[in-house]
Order: sequence, then C-alpha cells, then structure tokens
Amino acid sequence: MSAVLDLKLKRANKVYHEGEVLAGVVVITGKEAIQHQGISLTMEGFVNLQLSSKSVGVFEAFYNSVKPIQLINSNIEVAKPGKVPGGKTEIPFEFPLQVKGNKVLYETYHGVFVNIQYTLRCDMRRPLLAKDLSKTCEFMLHCQPQKSKVQPSPVDFIITPETLQNVRERSVLPKFLIRGHLDATNCVITQPLTGELVVESSEVAIKSIELQLVRVETCGCAEGYARDATEIQNIQIAEGDVSHGLPIPIYMVFPRLFTCATLETTNFKVEFEVNVVIVFHDDHLITENFPLKLCRV
Amino acid sequence: MVSVPWHSRVRHYEAELRSCRAAVASVDFGDYHPLKPITVLDSRSRRGGRKGSTSSSSSSSSSVAPDPLSSLLEGTDPLSLFAALSIWSSMAGCKRNINPDTQTCTTREREEEVGLDFEPWAAKRGEILARFTTTEKLSINLFMGSDKSKASSPSSAVSEKVRTRLEELDDLEEGSQREMMNLSQQDYVNRIEDLNQSLKEAWSSDQKVKALKIVIQCSKLLSDTSVIQFYPSKFVLITDILDTFGQLVYDRIWSMCSDPHSLPDTFSAEDVNDTAKETCLNWFFKIASIRELIPRLYVEAAILKCNRFLNNSGIQETVPRLTAMVRGIGDPLVAVYARAYLCRVGMEVTPHLKDSLNKNFFDLLASFRQIHGDAVQNQLVLQRVEVPVYLTLYSPAIHWILQCVAYRASDVLLTEMMERCKKLGNNALLLNSVMWAFRAEFVAARATDFISMIKDCDETGFPKHLLFGSLGRSLACADPPESERLPILNEAWKVITKVRNAQDYITCAEIWVEFTCRHFTKREVNTVLADIIKHMTPDRAFEDAYTELHSVMMKILTYFHNFSVLFSMEKFLPFLDMFQKDSVRVEVCKSIMEVFIKHQQESTRDPVILNALLHVCKTMHDSVNALTVEDEKRSVSLLINGFIRMVSFGRDFEQQLSFCVEARATFCNLEPVIIQLIHTVNQLAIETRRVMGGSHSRKTAAFVRACAAYCFITIPSISNIFSRLHLYLLSGKVALANQCLSQADAFMKAAVSVLPEVPRTIVVEGKQRSSESFLLEFISSFLSTLLVVPDHPEQGVLYLVRGLLNMVQDYTWEDSSDAKVRVYISALPLLAAMSQESYLYTILNVDSNETLYGGDPKFVAEISRLCETLIGQVLDHLKTLGREEGVHRQGSLAFSLFSCLLAHADLRNNKLNQLAVNLWNLSHKNGQCDTRISVRTLEHIKSQAQHSELSHLSDMLLRLSLQSRA
Repeated sequence: MSAVLDLKLKRANKVYHEGEVLAGVVVITGKEAIQHQGISLTMEGFVNLQLSSKSVGVFEAFYNSVKPIQLINSNIEVAKPGKVPGGKTEIPFEFPLQVKGNKVLYETYHGVFVNIQYTLRCDMRRPLLAKDLSKTCEFMLHCQPQKSKVQPSPVDFIITPETLQNVRERSVLPKFLIRGHLDATNCVITQPLTGELVVESSEVAIKSIELQLVRVETCGCAEGYARDATEIQNIQIAEGDVSHGLPIPIYMVFPRLFTCATLETTNFKVEFEVNVVIVFHDDHLITENFPLKLCRV
Repeated sequence: MVSVPWHSRVRHYEAELRSCRAAVASVDFGDYHPLKPITVLDSRSRRGGRKGSTSSSSSSSSSVAPDPLSSLLEGTDPLSLFAALSIWSSMAGCKRNINPDTQTCTTREREEEVGLDFEPWAAKRGEILARFTTTEKLSINLFMGSDKSKASSPSSAVSEKVRTRLEELDDLEEGSQREMMNLSQQDYVNRIEDLNQSLKEAWSSDQKVKALKIVIQCSKLLSDTSVIQFYPSKFVLITDILDTFGQLVYDRIWSMCSDPHSLPDTFSAEDVNDTAKETCLNWFFKIASIRELIPRLYVEAAILKCNRFLNNSGIQETVPRLTAMVRGIGDPLVAVYARAYLCRVGMEVTPHLKDSLNKNFFDLLASFRQIHGDAVQNQLVLQRVEVPVYLTLYSPAIHWILQCVAYRASDVLLTEMMERCKKLGNNALLLNSVMWAFRAEFVAARATDFISMIKDCDETGFPKHLLFGSLGRSLACADPPESERLPILNEAWKVITKVRNAQDYITCAEIWVEFTCRHFTKREVNTVLADIIKHMTPDRAFEDAYTELHSVMMKILTYFHNFSVLFSMEKFLPFLDMFQKDSVRVEVCKSIMEVFIKHQQESTRDPVILNALLHVCKTMHDSVNALTVEDEKRSVSLLINGFIRMVSFGRDFEQQLSFCVEARATFCNLEPVIIQLIHTVNQLAIETRRVMGGSHSRKTAAFVRACAAYCFITIPSISNIFSRLHLYLLSGKVALANQCLSQADAFMKAAVSVLPEVPRTIVVEGKQRSSESFLLEFISSFLSTLLVVPDHPEQGVLYLVRGLLNMVQDYTWEDSSDAKVRVYISALPLLAAMSQESYLYTILNVDSNETLYGGDPKFVAEISRLCETLIGQVLDHLKTLGREEGVHRQGSLAFSLFSCLLAHADLRNNKLNQLAVNLWNLSHKNGQCDTRISVRTLEHIKSQAQHSELSHLSDMLLRLSLQSRA
C-alpha cells in the first residue's frame, strides 16, 4: 500500500446543522513521500427520488423528471500541489455548511423512495502513473430546530368491533373493548412515542399487540404523484393473553436515519404514521392508524 | 587392644547442683506468665512477697525486663493484636448496619445499600438449576432466518419486498432457521453454553452485531414455555448469557472512555467522551428496534448499567419504564421471571431505587389472577403438569422479588404488602414467598397469623407442607413471642404429621426440628422424633432421606449438649438406628462424638452415656476395615480417644480398669486407641499410688499389678515398634514406681528383647527414614531408667545393662555408622553414675543398686571392667576409622569420648588422664574440630579446676593444646 487517504470529522455523531462548520482532518498515511497535484474537499447533498415498481408504468412520461435534486455542492482546496512527507500527515480543515441562494437543506433521511444524503469527499489528484485517491464520508444534517412550541395534541382511542372500518363480516367478529391514548401525535423526533393501552375485555385471547411505524413517501406533484406507505419498524408491546384492565405502556423510539422531521416540498413529501396492531389468537388482525407529525426542537 | 582401667569420678550431686544453680528468684505463680509482657506494677509489694531474693536481684529483674519477644512486638503479642483487630472490624461492620439509609448518595454509600446480609443471586442459581429438572425432550428454536415464511406477519402486509436493515437484525445466517429438537436436558445446557461461548467469540472477533443477534435469539427462548418444569432453570442459563453480554458492552464502552486515563468509579455522564456516548447510544437504538417484546426487555435490562454513560438520570428513568413494559407479557410465569430479572439487575445497578422494586411487586399482585386463568390451565392440561407442581415453579422468582423488596424495608411497608397479599384469593404461593423472603423477625412475630392464613388456603393449590416449611425456616432464625410458641408447634405439627409423602414429610419435619429444639425440652423433641420414626419406617422410607435425617440429628446435637438428657430421650437411639447405611451411620456417629468431645466439660461415669457412646464408638470402630484410608482411621481414633479420656469412675479404680478391659476388646483394631488405653491404665496406676501416698496396701498392690499385667499383655498387640518400645519403658517405670519389681523387670526385659526387631528404616509421615536416631534416643532414655532398676537377685550383676549392651552389639547397625559406639559412650555415664555411693535419683520405696550393694568393691570392680571393655571397643573403632576416610567422624567421636571422660572419669588416674589427653589430640589432629567448642571446653576445664578436689585438671590443662588452624 503506497498511500491511504482518510477523512475524520471532529464530531463523533457526525450531526451538523445549517450554517455550522464541518471541522476535521484529512489523514494521509504512506511509507514514502507522496507527490500530488492538489488535495480538495467537496461537499455534496442530494435528494434521490425513486418510483415504486407499481407506479412506473403509469408515470413513464414523468420518469425523466425524477433525477437527483442537488441541495448543496461546494468545493475547497486543502493543499496546493506539492509533496506530502512519508508517515502520517494530518491536514485539518474547516468547511462552512452554507447554501447558495434560497435553497433549503433538508434533513438526512434514508427511505425507500426518497433518500436525502450528504457527503463529504476528499480528492487527491496525482501525477501520471499514479491513481487519484478519493475518500467519501457521509454526514448527517439536522434541520434547524423549530421555533414555535410543539402542541403535543394527544389522542384518546377506543377500539371495539363497532369502530372498525373495512370489515367484511362484522357478525363473526369477537367482542372486545380496547381503550388507550397516545401522549402526542405531534412528536419530537428525539423523544419516544408514548402512551398507554388497556385491554378492558376480550372474548378471544390476544396473541400480540404491536406498534408499526410507517413512512408515507410521496413523489412528484405537478403531473400527478406516487404515494407509497412502507413499514419502518414493528415493535411488539404485548405478547400473549395480557391481564385485562392493566395498562400496558406504549413506547417506541424513533430510529435515526430512517425518520426525519415530517417534510413537505414541492417535489416530494415524507410523512409518518403509526399503527396499533392487535392480533387475536384466531389470527384476526385489527389495525388502528394514527398519522404523526414529527418535528425537531 | 589397649586396656585402660576405669575409675569413676566421685560425684557430689547436691554440691554440684548448688554450685551450678543461679541465684534463686522465685516468682509468684499468680501473676507470672512467660508470655505476658513483663511490667512491674508495684515493685515494692512484690518484693515483699518474694522469698530468698535479695533486693538487688528484684530490682534487676524489673529493669532488665524487656523480653526480646515482647519488645519486638511493641508490647502486644500477635494473637491479641488479631483479636483486637477483629473486634474493631466487627464493630465497624455493626455501625455500617445500623444506619444504612443515609440520604446522601455518594457511591460508597450506595454500594453499601446492599450489604453482606443480602443473599446474592449466585447463591440461588445453583439451587434452582438443581431443583428444576426434567426428563422430557427440549428443543431450541433459533430463528436466525428472516421470517419471510410467516404469512400472518403484519409487516408483510405493508411491504413484502423491501426490508430495512433494521429488520435484518433478526438474521444470524441469512435464511437459516435452526431448530434443534429432542434435546435432553444436558444437551440443552450444553447448547446454551455453546451459545455463550460463541457470543464471547463473536465479541472478541469484533462481530458485535452477531453477538447481539445471539443474545436476542437466546432471550427469545424465554418466551417459550413448553416443558414448563424446566423453565426456571432455562431462565438461569439464559440470564447468564445476558449477564455476560451486559458486562461485555459495559466493559467495551468503559474502555473507550479510559483513554487517556481511566474513569473513576464514581464517574458521571459529563466525564464520558463523545465517541463512547455515540457507541452507547447506538446500542440503545439497536435494542429499541428489536421486534419482540421479551428479547427487547431482557436485552435492555442486561445493558441497563450502560445508561450511566449517557446521562445521570437514565437508570432512574429506565427501570420504571421496563417495569411497566413487563405488563405486556401475557404468560404469568414468563412475566414473573422477567420481573425477577429486572429486580436482580436493579438491585445490582441501583439498589436505592426501591420504588420500582415495589412497583414490580404490586404489578405482580395486579396480574396475579392470570395464574389461575384459563390460558394457563389449558397449557397445564396439555403438558400434563399438576397445579401444585406448576405453582412451585414460581417460587424462585417470587422469592427473589420479595427478597429484593423486603431487604431493609420498613415494617410498615412489609405489613402493607402482606395485607395486599391477604386480599387476593389463592394466595398460598405469595404467602410462601412472603415467609421465605421477609425478615425472619417479622414473620416470627406474626407466626400465629401466618398459621391461620395457611390453614385457610386452598387444599388443591400450593402444597401446604411447603408453606409450613417456609414458616419453620423463619422461626428457626427468629423467635416468636414466648406465649405463642407451644400453640405454634402444635398447630404446625398437626399439619406436618398428616403429610403422606415421606420425602415431603421429612423435608418439612427437618425444618421444624430446629424450632422444637430451640424452645422446648426433651419431652417435645422426643415426641417429634417418635413422629419422624413413625413416618419414616414404613417401606424403609428413611433410605432416601439420609441427608435430612442427618440434618435432624445435627440440629438436635446443636441444641442438646447434655448427653445424659440426650440419651435419656426414649426415641433417640431408635432414631439413630434408622441410619442403616454404613457410611451414613458412621458419619452420624462421628458428628455425635464430635459434639460430645467439644461440649462435655467434665468426665463422666453415667452408665447411660457410657453404654450409648460405647455403642456409637463401636459403630465407628467397626466401620474400619482393610480398605479404610489412614486419615479416616486417625479421625475415628481421635474421636474414640476423646471419649475414653472423658470416662472416669472417680475413686472406683477397679471399675475403670474393667472399663478399659472392655474398651480394649471393643476397639482392638485401632492402634491409637489401644495406646490411649495403655496410657489410661498407667495413669490409673499412678493415680492409685498418689491416693495411697506412695505405699500400697495389699489390695492396691494387687490392683497396680493388675494394671501392669493389663499393659504387659496389651503392648504386644501394637504393630508400631517404637510405640511398643516406649510403652514398655513407660509401663516399666510405672511398675517400678508402684514397687512392682518383677513386673518392671519383665517390662525392661521385654523392651530389650524387642530391640533387635527394630527395622533399619521406618516410615515417618509417608517417607522412608532411617530409624537410627529414634533408636539412639530410646536407648539413651532406657539407660537413664536403668540407673534405678535394682538388679534381679537371681541374675548376675548389672544383668539388664549387659543385656542391653549385648543387644546393641548384635544389632545390625547400618554400615558406616557410629551408632553402636555412640551407645557405648552413652553407657559410660550410666555406669559412672551407678558406681556412686548415693545415686542421682531414686524411686520412693524402691531400693536401687546403691542400697543393694552398698558400694561393694566387687560391684564397683564389675562396673569398671564393663567400662574398660566399652572404652576398648570405642578405641578399636577409632582405630578403624583412622585407616579409612572417616577422619572427621574419628575426630568427633574422640571428642565425645573425651567429654565423657572429663565429666565422669577420675582423671587423677594417670592412665585415664593420658587417654583423655590423647583423645583431645586425636580429635584435633585433623583440624576437624570446631574451635569454638574446643575453646569453650578449655574454659570449662579451667573453671572446674578451681574446685579443690578437681585441682588436678589444671595440670592436664597445660597438656591440652589448641590447634591453630594452619
């Protein structure tokens, strides 16, 4: 190995906000001195939109328009052409995270149809006969905390056979009464989703109660749109025939990367929902859906 | 052969003794102890008390006082120093126990919240594993594959194709689903151990995700309640893995923070660097996304301690949340064990967080109905497990929860908890754990209440004998009010005696025996024993209950130290008879004897005790056979000896002798016991002599002869030759002291006749060693005894001495050994002493040779001849040594003969004088002599020469030259 290029950010969690400065070091290790024609850093941010296979046929005309949306692209030079001595060399850098014009930096988000990703790339150009070196690292971007105070807007719910929709044969349904509440539907993304659920009565034994976190991604707006809901995670909160009348806590941590503050732009939307799923012993499945609004404070 | 005529030096023993003795300073025995540091408290009063001490000596004794030992130790000897230390530390311990609830929460104090009196989990672990076993086949279903096949899974309803990385956490090896069926219990344990190993391997090879997967899969096994009897053990095994994992994660993050210097034990979240925090946070995010409830709960509990890295209040917030989370577990058994795990981790990490412990317990009460719910009943029918068995599965977990809750809790809280338990129906299970886990004093004070509650319990549920067992356990540690004791015992025993199953019965009875012994007399204990015998005899049930029966015996022995009371219990011996398996029987007998030896203060003649203990000892003795190991024999002998020493018939000596005769017959296989018996009989003879003031009546004379006869016929049965020799000699002395001349003669003769049998090597402590030094030692001792043994009228002069010397001559000594010659040299002082007019020592009422011969010249001449021969032999030997390599030996032998001559020969005789000088020169010829000794010898001669009758020594001194080492 002749030379290795590495990028190290100062912050362990690699989380930055707009207007902050990415600080870190470029680390070059090699046995001998390395001749180069300049080392530069590039910061890039893109929104990648992808259409679900279901939608492709319908919106073929629309296909071309779904190309990556660039959010940021800037470049600085770390070192002028010259020589790096052998051994380990660390070149510190500071890179301001600034957007040009009126562009907005969305939060980092990894979804199925929408991906928002920020990378920092270091390039070392080298003279003939030597390969250029390059190293990329991802960093997270969190949007600026919301100024206004979040109204938690709690919600109470009762689930009985009567409250259900989309039921084919209401008559075969067992009798049950499940009461509960969510402490907030306007959630702070760093705080867990909390609430309680009480099985007041149930004719049939309960097999499992689960919380399903769902992302709803919408792409395209002007000519039509593709809206897809996919599961992020499924958390079991009760297993087996739980004691009736005893409140069971609802608790779910929002996973990082896969969630972001609820986002609505002209080209795409990222929204979240939670389903309370109750599975009965006879494999009847009941789902109660609650749209969530995530934000950052 | 050079013959040197012998002339003994005339000794004036008394005068010599006077001249040697230092100034007499007698010390009162009352306040003098050699080990005591010497301090003079009141020198004046002590001086008055001293007899024959001059004032100068008394002042010197007080000023010289510093004794080297005590001055080294600065006045306190090490033992008392230790004692003082231990008192101090136990006081400190007490102080700690008194105020455990200090408000300030420094870590030091926090650690002390869990004191030594808290029974740790590790202690329970083994117990559970041993108790909950199964013969049924088990299976491990490790769901390492992604559950694509699960059609009913709600996740598939939303998106079948797309899987996020988070969900992939469930795969260990992609698409594999390992199910191991038909495992025996041992296989199962091994598998779990394998998983534990692979967890450690994965961790050390940096496959953290794989490690997490293993842990998740393992904790998933805890939601499976098939083969329910095994569940508690499964819990133990799997929580071991969780503990390992928790420790690994904690240590890893800890090590990330310890750069550049390690964190203090009392670190707070601010001391933790960002990388470590980030890693820690990652773990929590990963765990928070585990799909199933039970793994998520267990794994988060396992790394609870890591919350300390993130923020200072993390643990306080997490524990209540996890506690609430348990409510989601439907199966009551699974839930209760999850609670137990939480309590365990909670006690370890934050023992001061009592609230969540209490909450755990109250939640348990709230969901208590579940245990008797339909779902459970159906499961039991399916698995063919009976309700009482099922309920006992809960015990370890509830015990543990209650133990944590009750630990140092106030009585108010305990009472409240008890009341809440009371309100529930079917509460036997809880009651049992309450009695088990709450403070014994608390339970004891309310014993009557508990009994009535137990009575109210449902017959079909939790087994009652277990309830009484738990109550008995508490009562064994703490005392109920005095007035309630008898009713409690009556009530309890009423139930216990009705227990049908012998094993259940004895487990319970064993516990209650302690309570009975503690508070009641032999009457009640006797009744209890009778009941136990009644229950255990049918179908030889006792055969399966030896451990419990032994424990019953031990408890009785702990409380009854008076053996006459013990053996007067009618049922005690029948109870003892229940131990029919030899090994157990011997163990029990040993315990009895140990207690007897430890607690019997004075010797006894009580026929009840003697008979019973003789029986007990005989049992032990009879267990000894050819295969018994040496240690076992030794310990049995020790116990029997202890017993024999404790037997005394006071003035009834004949009775005592006949006891010894009986004992000899009974314990004939144990040599140490036989030896002890001979000592006892000898002691008896001496005691008789003391009582008679030295002169026997006809009757006592006959008795001591009987004693001598006893010894004489017993000694030959001993195989150890040196024991035999010493006993002959000792018994001979005793016989002599009792004026049994012919007996003494016989003993001496026997000793001499045994001498040739002494082997050249003997085994000492497992090693072969030359017997020479032992033999020399014995012969010296023997020789010194011979001084007082009068010659037999029908045998020649000095018959025994000659006999001994002949034996020595004929004995096959080791080649290249001077032992024989050394014996000869050591015989010279004896002969010299014998030729004195009055002997150095005599025995009261026994005429020694001095009176028999009255210094007859013929007798003296005989002695001189003997000496001549001996010296001749020695000189011959010296010559042979000169020829060989043995110049060193020659020198030292010559020197010892010289010393002997100096001390015992009349050196005014020219020939002897010349011989002495020659010997001196010989010993110095080769420079083998220790110069210091030579110098000291010369000094001694010089000081001796100052006495008028030894003035000739000064002439000799001139002829002795010190050889300068060239």
